[in-house]
Amino acid sequence: MLQLLTSQIGFYLLLSIFLIGSLGSLFLSKNDKYANIWGNAFAILGSSLGLIFSVSLMLTNRTFSFNFNSLYQHFLDFSFNVDMLAGFFIGVISLIAIFCSFFALGYVKHFYNKYNIGVLGFFYNILIASLILIVTSSNAIWFLIAWEIMSISSYFLVVYDRNDESNVKAGFLYLIMTYVGTAFILFAFLLIYKYTNSFDFSIIKSNINLIPFHIKNIIFIFSIIGFGIKAGIIPLHIWLPAAHPAAPSHVSALMSGVMIKTGIYMFIRLFMDILQPIPVWWGVTIIIIGAVSSLLGVLYALTEHDIKKLLAYHSIENIGIILLGLGSSMIFNFLGMMSLSLLSLMAALFHTLNHAVFKSLLFLSAGSVINEVHTRNMEEYGGVIKYMPQTALFFLIGSMAISALPPFNGFFSEWLTFQSLFQGIIQLSPNFNWIFIVATGSLAFTGGLALACFVKAFGSIFLAKPRSQDVKHAKESSLSMRIGMGFLALFSILLGLFSGYTTILLEKVGKGLSIFNEVFSSVSVSGDQLFQINKGFSSIRSFSIFIFIILVILFSFLVFKYLINKNQKLKIDKTWGCGTDLNSRMEITTTGFAKSIILIFKGILKPSLQSEIKYHDSESRYLPKSMTVTFKVNNVYSKYLYKPIQKIFNLLSIKVKKIQSGNINLYISYIYIILIILLFFIL
Amino acid sequence: MSNIFLKILKDRNNLININNKDLNKEELFIIGKKIKENINSLFNGSLAIRQIDAGSDNSCEQELVALTNNFYDIERFGIHFVASPRHADMLLITGPLTRNMSKAVKDAYDATPDPKIVVTVGDDAFDGGIFNGSYAVLDKISDIIPVDYHIPGNPPSPKTILLNILNILETNRKK
Amino acid sequence: MNIFILILQFIFIPLISPFFIGLIKKVKAMLQNRQGASVFQVYKDLWKLLHKDEVVSNDASWIFMIAPFIIFGVTLVVGVSIPLFISNLPVYVSGDILLVVYLLAVGTFFLALSGMDTGSSFGGFGSSREMTISAMAEGGLIFSLLTVSIVYQTTNLFNISNGNIFIHNNFILSIILAFAGFFIVLLAESGRFPYDNPDTHLELTMVHEAMILEYSGKRLALIEWASANKYVIFASIGANIFLPYGISHNTAILSIIFGILFLLLKISAFSFIIGVIESKIAKFRFFRLPDLLLISFIFSVIAIGIIN
Repeated sequence: MLQLLTSQIGFYLLLSIFLIGSLGSLFLSKNDKYANIWGNAFAILGSSLGLIFSVSLMLTNRTFSFNFNSLYQHFLDFSFNVDMLAGFFIGVISLIAIFCSFFALGYVKHFYNKYNIGVLGFFYNILIASLILIVTSSNAIWFLIAWEIMSISSYFLVVYDRNDESNVKAGFLYLIMTYVGTAFILFAFLLIYKYTNSFDFSIIKSNINLIPFHIKNIIFIFSIIGFGIKAGIIPLHIWLPAAHPAAPSHVSALMSGVMIKTGIYMFIRLFMDILQPIPVWWGVTIIIIGAVSSLLGVLYALTEHDIKKLLAYHSIENIGIILLGLGSSMIFNFLGMMSLSLLSLMAALFHTLNHAVFKSLLFLSAGSVINEVHTRNMEEYGGVIKYMPQTALFFLIGSMAISALPPFNGFFSEWLTFQSLFQGIIQLSPNFNWIFIVATGSLAFTGGLALACFVKAFGSIFLAKPRSQDVKHAKESSLSMRIGMGFLALFSILLGLFSGYTTILLEKVGKGLSIFNEVFSSVSVSGDQLFQINKGFSSIRSFSIFIFIILVILFSFLVFKYLINKNQKLKIDKTWGCGTDLNSRMEITTTGFAKSIILIFKGILKPSLQSEIKYHDSESRYLPKSMTVTFKVNNVYSKYLYKPIQKIFNLLSIKVKKIQSGNINLYISYIYIILIILLFFIL
Repeated sequence: MSNIFLKILKDRNNLININNKDLNKEELFIIGKKIKENINSLFNGSLAIRQIDAGSDNSCEQELVALTNNFYDIERFGIHFVASPRHADMLLITGPLTRNMSKAVKDAYDATPDPKIVVTVGDDAFDGGIFNGSYAVLDKISDIIPVDYHIPGNPPSPKTILLNILNILETNRKK
Repeated sequence: MNIFILILQFIFIPLISPFFIGLIKKVKAMLQNRQGASVFQVYKDLWKLLHKDEVVSNDASWIFMIAPFIIFGVTLVVGVSIPLFISNLPVYVSGDILLVVYLLAVGTFFLALSGMDTGSSFGGFGSSREMTISAMAEGGLIFSLLTVSIVYQTTNLFNISNGNIFIHNNFILSIILAFAGFFIVLLAESGRFPYDNPDTHLELTMVHEAMILEYSGKRLALIEWASANKYVIFASIGANIFLPYGISHNTAILSIIFGILFLLLKISAFSFIIGVIESKIAKFRFFRLPDLLLISFIFSVIAIGIIN
């Protein structure tokens, strides 16, 4: 049965379930409720099947690849290669998609009677199916087709809530950036084709030595730009904080948790599998990109007071952390230290999985809060924990996981990343270990700043008094939304608890890549989840730490609450405000909380403070009527990178416009001249 | 800086000694009703005082500040001043209870956890003192919050305040 | 015997931490020409607070109510994970440096949240300042411990303190620089000068105290105790990792007693130095503190750089 599942037939079954879900949802678009249930139920079904498929593939190592021959044999082959890496990514996609779809069952209700629910279900299922196609395709043209399907379906999902003008603009920016990225990817694949004469990944891999060295470097740069736009590295990230907030929350969760990981997938596939062997500066570039993205991502997140933009910037930060692991893997690969390279790759993959879980959890809980309070501005929240206690608990678990606090899963993947960087510092010569020192420094600071940012986020949203009237009308989210969030929180805990087993599984996934075929492992996991790096340099016991922390906290709770001073009375009174009446305007604001850090980093963030005063009498200027202070952070990327490029293109276009005079005779003479020139070349 | 430290460490002993003879000489001014039983052993080694200025002319505050200098050194008895009424055991009210501060004093009293002691310091705090009958002052502070002890004087010297506080603790310990 | 050692390791830090806070206060008092409170005063304060009632704000949520237990529990867990008087504990949960750093971050997280929970202005800005200092201090902390790990080739704190102390001779400059960086972070994380004045009454100058203004009774006792524990944890790490002389290497009773005595001596030395520092300098202006923490980071980076 399992053999049937993890084969071609299972794969087709998987895709067809999504296809039925999408088409059926479109047909049922007249009836909102049925369209919603059909689309999401099939998404849940397909994703569960995908999860079983992926887990059984990874556990039994039954990889397979197959072709679906087409007429254009030479160019376009529908060829699939479901190896361990693809299986892992299918698992991540399916895991997140299951719970996002559960969440959507309740969440989409607030789009009823406003938009066409059938279209939402259609594009949602197509998006998940296209993600699975991307990670399994083995032919460059087929890959690009799947990439296009993903871009288009996600675009329509981003602009779904089209009544809001900013969402449409965000979608447009997203579309342009995605197509620029696709252009670079296409160019890279065309360069590869020119030298290896094939679009098929396995043929390219065996003919890789046909590509000259400098062309390989150009391919590297193009693929970094192309896939980096999708992954959201700085400075190619400007679409991410615009598009992820604009989409419906379950789509944001899917996009942020899974879709940007396809960029990471292609980085691994290209740099660790197809384009091997690679020079060392590739790895150094990736580590530097990772260090910069993680630090800048978290700094920009601290400046935000829109909850979803904050989470989007944290996605950029975590992609930076994943790239730290990937880059160090590439450097170790060049230097021949294959077991350390495998360790770093495992760290990157573990963080990919963990980030998908806790980022979707955070987006889903933020979505439920936004659903009830009808605004994304954190300055108008406050005290939501009293109205939505379970959502608050899930957001708390997500915040603790993303800040890498033990015993949740984020801690273990950051621990592994730290270990791979520490090994780099120790084992490499001073020529190379400075790069690892820089990377470790950026990771250390990122962890601390992310913690500060989530204290700000959780505190502003859920704690203290409500800052606006809308909060008081909030109710707890519906059951399906809570199921989606609750299971993700549970996975966050479980992945932390059983991180030893997960690491062993990831090692198998890493060994699925051909460069790691006979590598001895630097991680050993023993029975009580003790795993050791490099025979005792570091070790950690995930299971017992978890149990011990819970037991000690429980112990101190029971001893101090029930044993000491049993007769203590607790009185509830108002907050001590030094004798004044505290109202919600006197609480700390989101901007105020982060202001110290913004001022510390003002060289990077370039904040600006503007104030304007309106007077009652503008001539005498004695009595002010109102004063507005605007504290904002300048968008340096727009100003220094994108606007100049935009200007250059505008100027060029104006110049080129001159050949379009509107005169048909001129156009005919163009054709004549070009024909003569071509005849000369042929003859 | 090390010269100052060496100088300090060389000459010490300007501490004012408090012994039982002095304590027995001071008489306690008891106002409130019976103190709850469990205070007796609770505040023996450690007392946290929160001082509330109900509208005073700062004469009492200057005497209270003098309590923490190195002549009187109230810290050696385990008594220290705290910033928040939630951390406090004893509330020291100074100054006549002005109208504008009556709500603040009540809030501070409610914010202090039980068991607590309320002491008024200075004649002004007890019944208005020289401000008695003024339009800005509420005469009886015990209308707003229940007062337990009173330290007389206008203002009382730091030694008087210290002896009275120690007496309060001693009395409660004996009960 | 082993059970006895484990229980001793568990209760050691909560048992002795109030003594050292009292010692710092006594040193400061002596340098102000006062007699000051006795060194055991903090024990009496804690006992009194544990037996008082509580007043809780009506805006507070369950996070305010359970945070003190989590904060205190975390310091207990960390207390078991660092070498105190014995360097090879028979059974231990973990001694990894990253685990210790991030567990302490859990405590800071919940303390900052509980500061924001009651909606008072002081708690909010106290949390903001505490998170700013803590975020900048993590880099220096991780790097100074990393330096020592590189010298001893292990990240397990117990193994480091068990290591050959004569290894110092080659790496002495690195260890000194890393210790300087670590000491700066110790002052930051324990809330001492020049970062925070633990005796201040002015709310606008508070960092740690501002977050606990709303706590009373048992919960306040737990948070104050946890803060004392945190200071002793950092002092023990500084004592046993950077100067691992005197720690016991086996479970013989006599060497354990010597281990305890040496540890108490080292932490007393720390307390004395901190008392003198607090009497000598003033608290820094807030925006000078990140520069100081960055200096700590750079010390450790230089220390790593000169190891080879």
